[in-house]
Amino acid sequence: MALLEITDLHATAGDTEILKGISLSVDAGQVHAIMGPNGSGKSTLAQVIAGHPAYTVTRGSVTFDGKDLLDMEAEERAHAGVFLAFQYPVEIPGVTNAYFLRSSYNAIRKARGLEELDPIDFLDLLEQRLQVVEWGPEIMERAVNFGFSGGEKKRNEILQMAVLEPRLAVLDETDSGLDIDALRVVAKGVNALRRPDSATLLVTHYQRLLDYIVPDKVHVLAGGRIVKSGGKELAHQLEARGYEWLTG
Amino acid sequence: MTTAAPDVPVPTVRRTLRGFPELAAEVRDRAPAPAWLAGAREDATSFFAEVGLPGSKDEEWRFTSLQGLAAASFAPPRSPAVVDRTTVAPFLIEHDRWPRLVLVDGRVDLTLSHLPDIAGVTWGSLADAIGGGNALVEQHLFQTVPVEANAFTAINAALFVDGAFLRVAPGVVVSDPLQILHVTTTGATNSVVAPRMLLLVEPGASATVVETFAFAGGGHAAGAHPYLLDVCAEVVVGAGARLEHIRVQRDATSAWHVGFTGVTQDRDSHYRAFTLALGGRLSRHDLHARLGAPHVETLLYGLYLGQNEQLVDNHTVIYHDHPDCNSWEVYKGVLTDRAHGVFNGKVIVQPAAQKTDAKQTNRNLLLSDTARVDTKPQLEIFADDVRCTHGATIGKLDEQQRFYLRTRGIAGHEAQVMLISAFVSEVLVEIEQPRIRSALQQLVHGEMHALIR
Repeated sequence: MALLEITDLHATAGDTEILKGISLSVDAGQVHAIMGPNGSGKSTLAQVIAGHPAYTVTRGSVTFDGKDLLDMEAEERAHAGVFLAFQYPVEIPGVTNAYFLRSSYNAIRKARGLEELDPIDFLDLLEQRLQVVEWGPEIMERAVNFGFSGGEKKRNEILQMAVLEPRLAVLDETDSGLDIDALRVVAKGVNALRRPDSATLLVTHYQRLLDYIVPDKVHVLAGGRIVKSGGKELAHQLEARGYEWLTG
Repeated sequence: MTTAAPDVPVPTVRRTLRGFPELAAEVRDRAPAPAWLAGAREDATSFFAEVGLPGSKDEEWRFTSLQGLAAASFAPPRSPAVVDRTTVAPFLIEHDRWPRLVLVDGRVDLTLSHLPDIAGVTWGSLADAIGGGNALVEQHLFQTVPVEANAFTAINAALFVDGAFLRVAPGVVVSDPLQILHVTTTGATNSVVAPRMLLLVEPGASATVVETFAFAGGGHAAGAHPYLLDVCAEVVVGAGARLEHIRVQRDATSAWHVGFTGVTQDRDSHYRAFTLALGGRLSRHDLHARLGAPHVETLLYGLYLGQNEQLVDNHTVIYHDHPDCNSWEVYKGVLTDRAHGVFNGKVIVQPAAQKTDAKQTNRNLLLSDTARVDTKPQLEIFADDVRCTHGATIGKLDEQQRFYLRTRGIAGHEAQVMLISAFVSEVLVEIEQPRIRSALQQLVHGEMHALIR
């Protein structure tokens, strides 16, 4: 059984239908790329999977690890192992990265009936994970994303992912606006976290990220539908020919 | 077209404080005063008789109704309820270590106080300083908080029988914070407690003062113990001196707390205030700072939490009279239920006060649809080469932040605590003394849980 099974998913924002029947199946251990032009519904798909209240699912189903994801609150999805790396990570002045990460980590453990990690043990874990994104410990005393550069914000999302070790990571345009060094670090983080029991959905506009993270499958989204699916070579075709030949 | 007002006095109903004449008479009999003070009391009594309690047409009290206070009756206090060290310890920071002056129902209690000899520091009962003929008291009292500043400063002047006197001698740096704790007991129920404080930080001296107001008749939800705490604090910061002044108001939720703090600063001085308001059915604090010489720095931080029907009002006035002074002001409030916040921040920049740098901010977080805030910045600028800004916001918890936290598994009560903590931390971190900062962070954190439904 697939880890993530999306069937005929329709979603609206207000009166506007954005997703118009998406079906997608992602197995554990796989990386799928969702590509497509601006306005195709890529980010909406990511937000719907994470449970953003601004979107209403009008038809279809999303099953994660055999459970009905649409029946779960956003935080319950996080507890179950779903992680969204935001396209625009939110700033939280007044909350340090260290406190935020530990609260998140422990909230998820608590929801799973596990014992919370004390600050000392958590620090050990954090030190290892910081290496994944090539950061020193000083970042932990800064407020969450507050005053971070665009690249730092994206890197911080990857750090959170590295700490939380989700079973399904959805990366919403994590590559946009990154210079080549930041892109390399982000890719390194994603690759380091690839595991046989987890899956990654990469939402991206450009093929560039796929030079560093090799996907098992590529799907092209246009007008709220998947118009083409293929292997990693599809990304190269898109790079060479653009989206027009698919979207008309 | 407007009609000329007829030149006849409009009869207005003066709302008085029921029982005030008896209280004033009792103070006259019980606490004999030197002539200069007796004169001030008389002035105060007749001034209050003339003006009465302010009404809603009084611009300074437009949003703060005193109807409840006007309907109450007050009588002279009974003996204070028994207060011991264990009663006061929770209201103190480092209660077994730091020096403290404890007042019970407005009078200094030396058995509860701890006043070790500190070189260059004179402090204790204001009544004793007056009785002992301390010339500094006569020289300074009623100067920064005049008898007739408003109705409540007059009530205080007429009714105070004791309070705190502090003098830090020139050049003396006091390392341990000095705490002044005002405990109100059930002995003051249906009465008025009116302590007065005079804090003199002489040139080149440095000190930290914590003023705490607390009710010792049970916890927050203690039954109905209405009392009026009417307090005045006069603060003089000498040239090159530094004062960090913390004010914590934890009065009973059935109490009216009205305070007036007047500050006057000399050249190159630094005054840093942190005002925390938690208790009281009505809580009003006026903080007036006069930057009375060039190169003065004034930092005013405030935080208020309100729930149920609480009304919490902060009025500040910063007088920029001289050039090259900076003032920085940030007040924040968190309100729920039907609580009502009022903020009025006046900054007056006189023509001579060139190169003034003044910034004022008031931010409010409303946790319910029925909580409300009236915020009003008032910048009066008569100089041209200045930088003065202000900003006020009233909002709810940020939906984007809430969703972000939910995707990280943090929801409900925990998410609210995290976001409200973040909101209030911006001012709490400005408390310079680290032990006071952590103690108040803890206090606020505890109170915050009560606001989350």
